[in-house]
Amino acid sequence: MNASSKKVSIFKKRKFRSEEKKDMISGYLYIAPFFIIFALIGLYPALFSIYLAFQKWNGLSPMTFNGLANFELVLTDPLFWKSVYNTIIMGIMGTAPQLVVGLILAYLLNMAFLKFKSYFRVTIFMPYLTSMVAVALIFSVLFSNHESSLANYVLTHFFGLDPIAWAASEWGTKIAISLMVFWRWVGYNTIIYLAGIQSIPNDLYEAATVDGANKAQQLWYITIPMMKPFIILTVFTSTVGAMQLFSEPTVFLGADAFTRDEAMTIVMYLYRDAFRLQSFGTASATAIILLVIITIFALINLRLTQGLGRKKRRVKK
Amino acid sequence: MSDTIRKNRKKISIGRIFVYVFLFITSILSLFPFYWMFVMATRPSAAYNSIPPTLTPGNMLIENFKKVLNEIDFFGGMWNSFVLCAVVTIVVLFISSLAGFAFAKFKFPGKNFLFVAILVTMIIPPQLGLIPQYFLIANANLLDTLPGVMILFFLNPLGIFLMRQYISGAVPDELIEAAKLDGCSNLRIYWRIVLPIILPAFATLGIIVFTAVWGEFLWQFTILRDPETYTIQVALAQLSNTNNIDFGMILSGVFWATVPLLIVFLLFNRLFISSITEGSVK
Repeated sequence: MNASSKKVSIFKKRKFRSEEKKDMISGYLYIAPFFIIFALIGLYPALFSIYLAFQKWNGLSPMTFNGLANFELVLTDPLFWKSVYNTIIMGIMGTAPQLVVGLILAYLLNMAFLKFKSYFRVTIFMPYLTSMVAVALIFSVLFSNHESSLANYVLTHFFGLDPIAWAASEWGTKIAISLMVFWRWVGYNTIIYLAGIQSIPNDLYEAATVDGANKAQQLWYITIPMMKPFIILTVFTSTVGAMQLFSEPTVFLGADAFTRDEAMTIVMYLYRDAFRLQSFGTASATAIILLVIITIFALINLRLTQGLGRKKRRVKK
Repeated sequence: MSDTIRKNRKKISIGRIFVYVFLFITSILSLFPFYWMFVMATRPSAAYNSIPPTLTPGNMLIENFKKVLNEIDFFGGMWNSFVLCAVVTIVVLFISSLAGFAFAKFKFPGKNFLFVAILVTMIIPPQLGLIPQYFLIANANLLDTLPGVMILFFLNPLGIFLMRQYISGAVPDELIEAAKLDGCSNLRIYWRIVLPIILPAFATLGIIVFTAVWGEFLWQFTILRDPETYTIQVALAQLSNTNNIDFGMILSGVFWATVPLLIVFLLFNRLFISSITEGSVK
């Protein structure tokens, strides 16, 4: 009796062992597809970009080592700096107001008395479903150079201003592109903030009301600090997204996209170097500089948003 | 006393009216470009020059669309986009759920490290590898083909993350143990037990992937140069590249390309909105 039960337990253990091994093999097998594809089209190209950044290559003739010359070429090119400037300006104009308005909208959409909530939510979210190309085309007609374009009509007839060449002036293009970025993304951020607001437990507000805090204080001391993770998330994704702006200006300017410089972004500069000028070395150098720029801006903004609410705690003490 | 209450109520109701007005204006601003796109899509190009601007629909909906058909292969583009998105969505769902299952329910050395590694890949900006990726596709003779576009979209770290979260929450360990005692292989457990449970998460991830790939532009624009293989985004972008710009025609193309997706969205708006929030908040 005793012996047989021992046998069973050994058998069980062995079975368990082999089961464990099987699980291990399955585990590796099941995650393998991602890693195989990643190695091929994610990791290898990323590393090859770094290699290519130090080569001179037109895509056909053999590569020649070029040292830091590509970086020097890019960093001394006024057009590159113009594209950095454009990207930052449009990034700020397109995303900063969007996050503020998104917060306000989410706060309003969460009000208890509000009716037609789902109507407001759906309509405000709808622009996000439109593709970037579609948005850029719609706005290219709304904001065309013509004096009779809707944007110019509003400017001249309602504000008494002069019409603007929206697709051919320094600020016209930037404003039009920032507006389309704003229009497409504000609802998306609103919905994320709304999810954030709804995740705040109600008893926090109840306790604050009992303690005599008014609505403004509740907003400042409860809502905003509790929303911090959501604000950090949206600021991070908007920053990274803004630095990669490409489709909107490219489609908005159409045939002029790679010849004019008013709205050329860093990614457009990269694309132009690579696929219009066949200068793949400098384009790869630009890609690496872009990575550095994105990292810097993401870190700055993370720092800034993480500071949110810190001051308040000090005041509380 | 009753006076102050009444005053308070009045104050609140003014505040409420303000909230409604603000939200109403916002919703109008959100909808207006759609409406205006429809108006322009039904008007001749000349309507564009009229002052004040035309704000009511005309009767050229079909004629403008015919002009679009002369300019680009609209239906071909829609079909290519649909095939692209459908294949990518199915493959991503499969890869992600399988990997998510492994990360949620199996023990193997290096698991946590590999999972973090997948999350780290999310930070790499897609443009970093653009040029080598282009040459990889070119060397594989896949330029101007949909498979050449697809392969990059198969990489979806977010999908693995979402699936792991969902599977570790929704699939009980006991169920897997029980199936193992019954002699089920792991693949069978995945197919017969895990898949049916995670169907709701498939809807979420499916919507995220489909809409993202549908709207993506840079990669499709880079790989597809032959009008025959254009997806709808690349085809639409050509509309503003023609010499004789016809605004009615352009917006007609955009209108017909946007409407199908909008209808699907309006039908399933709750699912869409919750999916896309979940995808970014989790």
